[in-house]
Amino acid sequence: MSGSVGKVIKQIFNLPTDLLLECGQTLKNIELVYETYGELNADSSNAVLICHALSGNHHAAGYYEDTNERPGWWDALIGPNKPIDTNKYFVVCPNNIGGCHGSTGPSSINQETSELYGPDFPVITVKDWVNSQALLADYLNINCWHAVIGGSLGGMQALEWSRLFPDRISKSIVIAAAPKLSAQNIAFNEVARQAIITDPDFQEGRYLDAGKSPKRGLRLARMVGHITYLSDEAMRNKFGRELKEGKLNFGFDVEFEVESYLRYQGDVFSESFDANTYLLMTKLLDYYDPAESFDGNLVKALEPIKAKTMVISFSSDWRFSPERSKEIVNALLAANKEITYLEVDSPHGHDSFLFTEDRYINALTAFLGN
Amino acid sequence: MKTLEIINNWVSEHSVVLDLGCGKGEILSDLISSKDIKATGVEIDSFNINESIKNGINVIEQNIDEGLENFIDKSFDVVIMSQTIQVLKEPKKALTEITRIGNECIVTIPNFGHWRTRLSLLMTGKMPITDPLPENWFDTPNIHLCTLKDFELLCEETSIQIIEKISFNSSGSSNVLTRFWPNLFGASAIYKISN
Repeated sequence: MSGSVGKVIKQIFNLPTDLLLECGQTLKNIELVYETYGELNADSSNAVLICHALSGNHHAAGYYEDTNERPGWWDALIGPNKPIDTNKYFVVCPNNIGGCHGSTGPSSINQETSELYGPDFPVITVKDWVNSQALLADYLNINCWHAVIGGSLGGMQALEWSRLFPDRISKSIVIAAAPKLSAQNIAFNEVARQAIITDPDFQEGRYLDAGKSPKRGLRLARMVGHITYLSDEAMRNKFGRELKEGKLNFGFDVEFEVESYLRYQGDVFSESFDANTYLLMTKLLDYYDPAESFDGNLVKALEPIKAKTMVISFSSDWRFSPERSKEIVNALLAANKEITYLEVDSPHGHDSFLFTEDRYINALTAFLGN
Repeated sequence: MKTLEIINNWVSEHSVVLDLGCGKGEILSDLISSKDIKATGVEIDSFNINESIKNGINVIEQNIDEGLENFIDKSFDVVIMSQTIQVLKEPKKALTEITRIGNECIVTIPNFGHWRTRLSLLMTGKMPITDPLPENWFDTPNIHLCTLKDFELLCEETSIQIIEKISFNSSGSSNVLTRFWPNLFGASAIYKISN
């Protein structure tokens, strides 16, 4: 492992066209914020797109000069001599539409009405995201990505890229993903949404206009989500049944370390994330199902793919278990595609894709490099 | 002729090839450069998987013993299983499966009926340790060793057709002895089979 990409700055791309969304609405005056690391080579053949997951953003690596914020969310993997090597690759990471970190989303002003979008922001899909990322690629003079990479919801974008733009992607790396959500996945998302919507401060989504924020709901939503990102084993190892004060207090304040951890995660998240964005992102996940327009036939849905695909799953991931990744792998096999599959032993549950398990990073480095 | 050369001769250009137990992808790499095949490997060892990826081979991490149901009927022109069948829990099932998946299959096996093995068992009364089978009985991954005759009987029993067969001595060459008495003088053999 090696260095950091160092100081990075957020850049802004104004989409040159309106975006006709899958839901039928047209989104205008779209801004995408993004970061880039490394240099684009002369024939633009070394570009790598990083797709973020549910609560991610464009800040994937490096750090901002004027803040004490932690480095980007995938800093462990992106940088000089790291698996996604910025000495070799030109790495691009946008914040997706609907997000709350600078790209046009529910907390942006709708320029046509001069009001906040709030709950009126259209329901977007993975396909819409990929379409907007393709416009960003045009703008950056990237005709064909060397690779599109993502974990979880990011993996779904990588898969979607290879389906929708088969000639614009050489390799797709689909990590800890699934070809669609299960009823259990949707159920967890619904609990999260209900936590937000039933918060009195949600104000039917117009909380910003009312000068409020449904923090309690967001906090709960994050706490539930967070449980699904970790494995039983990871939680046991990290917290066990450790008591904060070393003894039971026979009350309902924080007693176990795990409670303290979840509350902390929830608090941080509720301060920094937008509730409408969270609703949108979970809905977008629920809707994702490339096979749907092919009578449920995933093999047909993946037929257009030309890219070499690598699918990686993690043994302790129960949110999108290895079985879910194998559904993608088997469909790609049946469609006679170029496919590499790896099931990595890792204790970190769904979050494993953020860690640097040897097998995982070796495979990533090798697949990107050959 | 060595195994690799024979496999090379038996695989036609641009074939779609599956190598079960592909190791570091040596056979597939060779076929890609000489025959421009479309290659997929299956492997279980994590080191080998990474080496295969480094070699640019599409490789699936999968335990053949847990089944091959995810591969559809006749989806490959050729399925290769080189020095693998003897380490599987259910060689019979594997044989039926590979002939279901591939139009043709190429299988190589070590021959337990080789004269050195026979002699070693006869003389020492212990499980033979030979060049192709170097491990002690308690260490060996080879849990289903057979003779060429055994293998051919299994093919007959499972209605698998043997299209071609070549056996080699321990130095990897084929000669008069291995041709006429393969089960005695062949240290290993390569078969082209189909259902």
